[in-house]
Amino acid sequence: MSRISDLFKSRPHVINVGIESFKDDLLQQGSEVIHLEWTPPGRGNPALIAALDKFENPAILEKIEAANKLAVERIINSHPVLVGYDQAINCVPGMTKTTILHAGPPITWDKMNGPMRGAITGAIVFEGLAKDVEEAAKLAASGEITFSPCHEHNCVGSMAGVTSASMFMHIVENKTYGNIAYTNLSEQLAKILRMGANDQSVIDRLIWMRDVFGPILRDAMKLNPNGIDLRLMLAQALHMGDECHNRNVAGTTLLIQALTPYILQTDYTIEQKKEVFDFVASSDYFSGPTWMAMAKCALDAAHGIENSTVVTTMARNGVEFGIRVSGLPGNTWFTGPAQKVIGPMFAGYKPEDSGLDIGDSAITETYGFGGFAMATAPAIVALVGGTVEDAIGYSTKMKEITTTENPNVTIPLLDFMGLPTGIDVRKVVQTGIMPVINTAIAHKDAGIGMIGAGITYPPVEAFEKALQALSENIN
Amino acid sequence: MLVQALIKPNTYFDSVSLMSLSTKANQIEEVEQAIIAMGTEMNKEVMKNVGLMTPEVEAAGASDLMIVVKAETDELCETAFEKINDLFTKKNSGKKGKNDIKYSTISSAAGSNPEANLAIIAVNGAYAAREAKKALENDLHVMMFSDNVGIEDEIELKKLAHEKGLLMMGPDCGTAIIGNTALCFANAVRKGNIGIVGASGTGSQEVSVRVHEFGYGISQLIGTGGRDLKEEVGGIMMLDGIQALEDDEETKVIVVISKPPAPSVEEKVLAKIKTCKKPVVVWFVGGNEEKITEAGAHFAKMSKEAALKAVLLAGADESKLNKRALNIPLIEEVRTKLTPEQKYVRGLFSGGTLCDEAMHAAMDKFDNVYSNIQRNPEYRLKDRYTSQEHTFIDFGDDEYTQGKPHPMIDPSTRLERFIQEAKDPSVGVIVMDFVIGYGAHEDPVGAFLPAIIEAKQQAEQEGRHLEVIGYVLGTELDPQDYEEQINKLLAADVTHASSMQNAGLLAREFVVKGE
Repeated sequence: MSRISDLFKSRPHVINVGIESFKDDLLQQGSEVIHLEWTPPGRGNPALIAALDKFENPAILEKIEAANKLAVERIINSHPVLVGYDQAINCVPGMTKTTILHAGPPITWDKMNGPMRGAITGAIVFEGLAKDVEEAAKLAASGEITFSPCHEHNCVGSMAGVTSASMFMHIVENKTYGNIAYTNLSEQLAKILRMGANDQSVIDRLIWMRDVFGPILRDAMKLNPNGIDLRLMLAQALHMGDECHNRNVAGTTLLIQALTPYILQTDYTIEQKKEVFDFVASSDYFSGPTWMAMAKCALDAAHGIENSTVVTTMARNGVEFGIRVSGLPGNTWFTGPAQKVIGPMFAGYKPEDSGLDIGDSAITETYGFGGFAMATAPAIVALVGGTVEDAIGYSTKMKEITTTENPNVTIPLLDFMGLPTGIDVRKVVQTGIMPVINTAIAHKDAGIGMIGAGITYPPVEAFEKALQALSENIN
Repeated sequence: MLVQALIKPNTYFDSVSLMSLSTKANQIEEVEQAIIAMGTEMNKEVMKNVGLMTPEVEAAGASDLMIVVKAETDELCETAFEKINDLFTKKNSGKKGKNDIKYSTISSAAGSNPEANLAIIAVNGAYAAREAKKALENDLHVMMFSDNVGIEDEIELKKLAHEKGLLMMGPDCGTAIIGNTALCFANAVRKGNIGIVGASGTGSQEVSVRVHEFGYGISQLIGTGGRDLKEEVGGIMMLDGIQALEDDEETKVIVVISKPPAPSVEEKVLAKIKTCKKPVVVWFVGGNEEKITEAGAHFAKMSKEAALKAVLLAGADESKLNKRALNIPLIEEVRTKLTPEQKYVRGLFSGGTLCDEAMHAAMDKFDNVYSNIQRNPEYRLKDRYTSQEHTFIDFGDDEYTQGKPHPMIDPSTRLERFIQEAKDPSVGVIVMDFVIGYGAHEDPVGAFLPAIIEAKQQAEQEGRHLEVIGYVLGTELDPQDYEEQINKLLAADVTHASSMQNAGLLAREFVVKGE
């Protein structure tokens, strides 16, 4: 009875769930009260509540908790290092001359949206498989091109994520667990293939990247025996005001600083090296893909742990948003409709011009930065509603649906709280809180490109389907 | 259409802020189109493409801020520039920093706030048990306001709470006072040495305000929920509650309030009371005196009596108490005003136990007392919309709320019924409760006043006197104005009863014929 006498001796310090006026009455009496932002679990769906209840069974709960602990340990302990650059055909598993990788869960040509089609036809022309985009569209529809998600090839791709055989890739090795992740190079901004643009200027840039930019980076990194520690660099960039999804000013500066000594030692002309530096300087986005590969490298190491409810992939193909969960191994995708991205737009464009959420870049949020680390990037709070409080709110809210904090990568403004890490399908369905993603907006039509940036959320269906599959699998 | 540019040399804003400002600038009424951007080559190219190029823009450098506006006239451009300037300065004003963290689950809230000690659960019954379990697992005491919770869930929760030494008040518990803090529906009463454990919310509220009126106070008021003393639940919370008050140093006297328990539970509760070292007053509404006295407890037949016995046991000097005896001359006066046809009492209640008490008062004198809460099925109302002879209705019962808030918050259903009853020429007295305090309506009497005045006038025109008795359950410390509520009743010529006990007795006595 000592707990009751403790209560009698103190005053009630209340957690109020439901009727809000009870909170007001308590405040009026000078009591401490926390009012929950409560919604019915699983949107009130009895099957989902039954699944959540099943996971509360002590024996099952213990299994899940142990599996999730292991999953987040693997995410946190992963040590991704940039070890080199090479063409996709030389390094990406399963890549062929007629394979085109794309962002998000699997999708067929006939279902792809404008930007995705624009990027694919551009890539086909770039690879010399067709003379123009019209011919490329026919080829794409013919069945002779193999389409496959980046994620199923240890890759990630930003926006349309379109990756073809001769494109240069980052090679990121996990020094702890040995797995490797890949992603292609930033085309900088804004009229670019990944955003769906495909005119001659876009193709010419890709050719230069293949013939000059990529080879210089490849040869530079050959001179760097230790590679570049991306986890450490990510932590630094976050302390310098990036969230490393939409703000990459600091990260790009750090990355090019690390690459420069080796670039200088390569055998290319001064002219060519200057082109590289000018190109990197033309947009802060240079390091954006690098962080995606870093996150992919860590999350792949946590995929396939039996009984784990931790999300290892969030990715969108412009039509569907798909997730993968550690405890459901291999390429098991759970999907729902891709959502609109809400945020400021470049002058001259309107919300109705926007394509739906697209790209593998939500791998950054899956790891715990990007939208999850908004509190590190006060400079871009305009993306999320305008105040630093909003930004802090996003970061703290994500703690509600994650498993732990990552002590290696921290948020200074929140007393060096670690990144919210290990999105838990159970917690998402239980609370109705969706992971927050900040991302770019591509024009809905092929050939135009980026028109803004803002925030979006996954569709809840993807998590609900995953929960039900987990419930069938975990016993 | 005019295009004007304003260049601010060497003024840097990041692109994201500028996109946001541009978006807002385009919403300004006077503006046909606006772009705010740094003077980079790329941005100048955009300006050219959208037809906003001016010589000033052409001349701007990469570190210059460009504000370009397209509008109907010079004047409109000027206004637009002013409003855009406001956008730059407004950025930091407005919203004050609200840094309080929002939690979505009990576990996260409790985990981050170790000083939290109690959870109030007031969500749909389908979800309530899950939340209560989470609260108990996090070592929080629980007050569960939710109803429609399965009895198996209730038993499981109460057993878990019992094992952990926690309070599990409810489900369907509307009233508690812990550490002098009113939870959900409770009144502001003085802190004191009388502890209450109640299975009935308004019964507990009634006794607490009577104790307060007698000049004493409440140490703790523990609610158990209405089903605790049923056979299946076995009085788990009632037994733990009595024990807790016995262990509590502040508590000198314990009052136990409930409907008559299931026999096996009554036995357990009385056995518990028998071994209790502190005096216990028992008010089982309509309960049996003998067994209670045998157990060494102090029997109370009615609410005021329970409060009176409690304060006397706590040491009150009876001669100095204002016991508010019944106003006998008033009874005589009202009887003469009523016609022989005006035979019946209609009790319209927002509080379940208040209804029960008034009903039992009537049952002591009359056989034909009907109600939706009658224990005897023979006397249960056949049709909830139609009264029979003496009728007492608890409007808090599910069949009357039907998705609406409780009648202590939403008076509408009871108000409609009042209007209906007032028209019935066989009705002599309508008796009603008006509950104030935390959780309750801000002006319950006020909500009825126009209807009462009109009904009385109507009856007068029809040549009969309509007697209305009103009882205000509350104290002068409640957030509503207690005195004002009473004054409103008096001004409408309503008979004000000073307690629920008196209200029930007056109603009964007013319609007794030929004594």
